[in-house]
Amino acid sequence: MDFLSILSIFVMACFVGYYVVWSVTPALHTPLMAVTNAISSVIIVGALIASSAAVGGSEVSKWLGLLAVVLASVNIFGGFAVTRRMLAMYKKKDKKPGAAK
Amino acid sequence: MEHVAAATPAWAMLAYLVAGVLFILSLRGLSSPESSQKGNQYGMIGMGIAVVTTLLLHNVGLPLIIGAIAIGGTIGWFIAQKIQMTAMPELVAGFHSLVGLAAVLVGASAYLNPTAFGIVDAATGEIFAVSRVELGLGVAIGAITFSGSVIAFLKLSGRMSGSPILLPGRHVINLGLIAGILGLVAYFVFDQQPAVFWTITALSFLIGFLLIVPIGGADMPVVISMLNSYSGWAAAAMGFTLQNTAMIITGALVGSSGAILSYIMCKAMNRSFISVIAGGFGAEADAGGPKGAAIQKAYKAGSAEDAAFIMKNAESVIIVPGYGMAVSQAQHALREMGDLLKKEGVSVKYAIHPVAGRMPGHMNVLLAEANVPYDEVFELEDINSEFAQCDVAFVIGANDVTNPLAKTDKTSPIYGMPVLDVEKAKTVLFVKRSMGGVGYAGVDNPVFYMDNTMMLLADAKKMVETIVKNLGH
Repeated sequence: MDFLSILSIFVMACFVGYYVVWSVTPALHTPLMAVTNAISSVIIVGALIASSAAVGGSEVSKWLGLLAVVLASVNIFGGFAVTRRMLAMYKKKDKKPGAAK
Repeated sequence: MEHVAAATPAWAMLAYLVAGVLFILSLRGLSSPESSQKGNQYGMIGMGIAVVTTLLLHNVGLPLIIGAIAIGGTIGWFIAQKIQMTAMPELVAGFHSLVGLAAVLVGASAYLNPTAFGIVDAATGEIFAVSRVELGLGVAIGAITFSGSVIAFLKLSGRMSGSPILLPGRHVINLGLIAGILGLVAYFVFDQQPAVFWTITALSFLIGFLLIVPIGGADMPVVISMLNSYSGWAAAAMGFTLQNTAMIITGALVGSSGAILSYIMCKAMNRSFISVIAGGFGAEADAGGPKGAAIQKAYKAGSAEDAAFIMKNAESVIIVPGYGMAVSQAQHALREMGDLLKKEGVSVKYAIHPVAGRMPGHMNVLLAEANVPYDEVFELEDINSEFAQCDVAFVIGANDVTNPLAKTDKTSPIYGMPVLDVEKAKTVLFVKRSMGGVGYAGVDNPVFYMDNTMMLLADAKKMVETIVKNLGH
């Protein structure tokens, strides 16, 4: 892919992001931050490539990559799990009020 | 510039595209609480696809990788289960710092071993010029995200004072540093010396630190959204380097998401983004600085019994929670109070100001945690007209967001900020720790001294618990 195709994808994705995020209900803004945090850890893709770089690469760069894999994994698992935990708390009005006690 | 393309087979590019689309759907799911869990699952599937595709594509040392994922994953999962909902802002700040640091590490690794990333120009043996810009920017944004988030984390978790720390001449220093970083990134295109790369990295760590230190606690909702945005742009920059669609789409999504949230937060405080970044707002905040004259004014103090009596006999009560409720963990007691009132036939609603709390949507999560149904919780613009008709506005741990001076006093630092019209309610019950503190903006609130206001001076949680006891019989 040349630079311009990538740039096109990026610009389009910014617009998609703009409209999708405005449609998120304000009540869910905290889960939104948690989940965006989790998905931005897709940077793990780069970390995996870095740590696979045994092919003629330097040892340092491999270990940097592995450390990045650890950090990104904390975020991925932590981010999705905490989002799930939060979202499970949002409930509609009870059929019988006070049942949650 | 046809580099990695040849090395990435079509199926893998499609897989990354699918992952990107799943990430879009995961945010789309958050448009309503019903579809949100499904959205989160799309996100997990997308991440799974991206990781597996990468593992299939590259010759990795699988045991080490699995070990690394297991260590990180266990830590992350454990934190996610243990964390208290009131601590969500610092958790998110902490997570942002990890994304930032990961971006720096990936960037450094790509710089040290460009061949593995397919960014080496075969003719010259040097890194492509475009890739150098992407690397430089990616590492810079990643480093700023990291050090900025660490400071935000320290401030939010109370390990560092929330009040702004002001260095003399900080604007000049900061602007100089930013110009320096941009200049070095440009220079990096012509000269890929290690010294240039590492100086960019070091200066970026420094500027992230300097940018957040002068920003006060009340502006944290903006800061945390802004860092959220940065972590996205860092991922996008790395996506450019790797020519990876999943990373670019995600980076763009997260980047715009954080930017929109920052915008919403700024608007809710009627502050410009620049003034927030410049810092220094609410300098007297944590000093609790008694604004002498204000405290002399007469106010009416009440007891829990009075409050219980008033609310029991009301027809409608609107509860206005703020950060103080989170600090004292009063949300569960508050929900119990709401339940008892509903049993008495009182209509109970909750009104949330966008910046009530330390991050966007903070109050909503806390109320949800306490089992308050989300259809009883309303945003500012949806409920503000109802205060005029309601009998009681019960303000707990909020202050600036209810201050009518924002509507009338042009000299007030919070002038123009949209506020909840609590003063229009027949009675205002204002739970506050003491008359001393005057909110983060350091502005006195005339609501305290109105005839129809009763101040309930106590710890929020204790006060609500006593009210609950009094409602019980």
